[in-house]
Amino acid sequence: MVVKRTGNIVKFGIPWIIPAFVLLLWYLSTRPGMNNTLMPSPDKVIQKTFEMIKNGQLWEYLSVSTVRAGKGLLLGGFIGLTLAFLTGFNRILDLTLDTSIQMLRTIPVLAAISIMIIWFGIGERVKVYMVAFGVFFPIYINTYHGIKSIDKGLMEMGAVYGLSRFRIFTDIILPGALPSILVGVRLSLGTMWLLLIASEQIATDAGIGYMAMSARELLQMDKIVLAIILYAILGKLSDAWATWLERKLIRWRER
Amino acid sequence: MIEVKNIKKNFGKHSVLKDVSVKVEDGQVVVILGPSGSGKTTLLRCINFLENADSGRLTIGNLEVDLKKSTKKEILNIRRRTAFVFQNYNLFANKTAIENVMEGLVTGRHVPKAQARERAEEALNWVGLSDKFNYYPAQLSGGQQQRVGIARAFVLDPEVILFDEPTSALDPELVGETLDIIKKVAEKGITMIVVTHEMSFAQDVADKVIFMDGGIVVEEGTPEVIFSNPKEERTKQFLSRIISLDPNYSI
Repeated sequence: MVVKRTGNIVKFGIPWIIPAFVLLLWYLSTRPGMNNTLMPSPDKVIQKTFEMIKNGQLWEYLSVSTVRAGKGLLLGGFIGLTLAFLTGFNRILDLTLDTSIQMLRTIPVLAAISIMIIWFGIGERVKVYMVAFGVFFPIYINTYHGIKSIDKGLMEMGAVYGLSRFRIFTDIILPGALPSILVGVRLSLGTMWLLLIASEQIATDAGIGYMAMSARELLQMDKIVLAIILYAILGKLSDAWATWLERKLIRWRER
Repeated sequence: MIEVKNIKKNFGKHSVLKDVSVKVEDGQVVVILGPSGSGKTTLLRCINFLENADSGRLTIGNLEVDLKKSTKKEILNIRRRTAFVFQNYNLFANKTAIENVMEGLVTGRHVPKAQARERAEEALNWVGLSDKFNYYPAQLSGGQQQRVGIARAFVLDPEVILFDEPTSALDPELVGETLDIIKKVAEKGITMIVVTHEMSFAQDVADKVIFMDGGIVVEEGTPEVIFSNPKEERTKQFLSRIISLDPNYSI
């Protein structure tokens, strides 16, 4: 019993030692009297947070960014899934498209940002498109892989037991490819925030990227730090969402 | 009655089945033996149209089809009269044991769900899995998964059940329980064609043993004749090799 309790303390305590230490260091190094132009003190950041919650800016920026990220994810995810299902099942389409897609994939997505701005301007669209572009690849590649690695034996079983094409799709192909698709979703969430932030810093009037950019120009260190913290929280939340989705959708893979 | 006549099958230039004919009477249990590459699994898969034969005719009951030129409807009809037990079980990983057994009934044979569940429960009870209805395949042992596979085949009430090396993927200690279930199916008088390497099973259960090698039927007969008095040299060689590997076997 005692052993178990220490076990729990160790298990839940240890991961937080380093964050706590960093926080302490942060606090000590930015106390009044120290040079704090390069780093605002924690209480200043907290103060700023409450201020921005009060005047509604924080919520506005958060929701603007989240909506952009979500739109981009849906758009890129939809295209990725659809294309992967097409190339996964049709040999001709596979031969026509797959090489090109694999080639496009090797482009660092951020390199596309200049051309995207010229094409789509600096408005709302370019951010969504950037996110969609980045999210597309992990989803496409993992879905494609998932479809290609579906158990041939199960397909045969479906044929032998007289399942319709629809049932083969819903009962064999989809569950077979799902774990792989979810890996793609999870990877794409990381890319999603990265691209959103990069494109939000270019020219906008709302969003967390805008908040960070404008704060940089005015040297509002507290706001910059807050933006970084927000990214960390959003990243963690979307990862938790992906894990939840995985557990919810593939519960049969117990043990 | 099931009859395969003059079936031929090539994979590229390699000829896997060279004019094979097999006849199985109703209620008979036929065991096909032979070294790997002899074409026994291919023969079984051709009966079910998992492979398309290059020529040959197949009769099941009153239905006769050309194995090469068969329509979709004929294929479906043949498949409705047969059931297949796979070497690797091939269960739906995302469905429970009972859902796996129900699937063929509900979507393949359009049996109402409630009735399908009843029949599936009965079949699972019969293979000794009455406490595992709601387990997913990942939670079952290999032997239990194969018993689900057998229940799934058996519940369809087919004219013939085809077994493709049903115990080859199992751990040695699980082979026995699975063979016992297959024996139980045989005792029900269901027509069966079994491809296997289990000699003692062949000897106990088979009404007829067919020995294949190099894409032809080398010899066929009752297990007594095949095991204790084979005529062909190739059969003798094969049996002596297998039996020296199988310590449980004694003549």
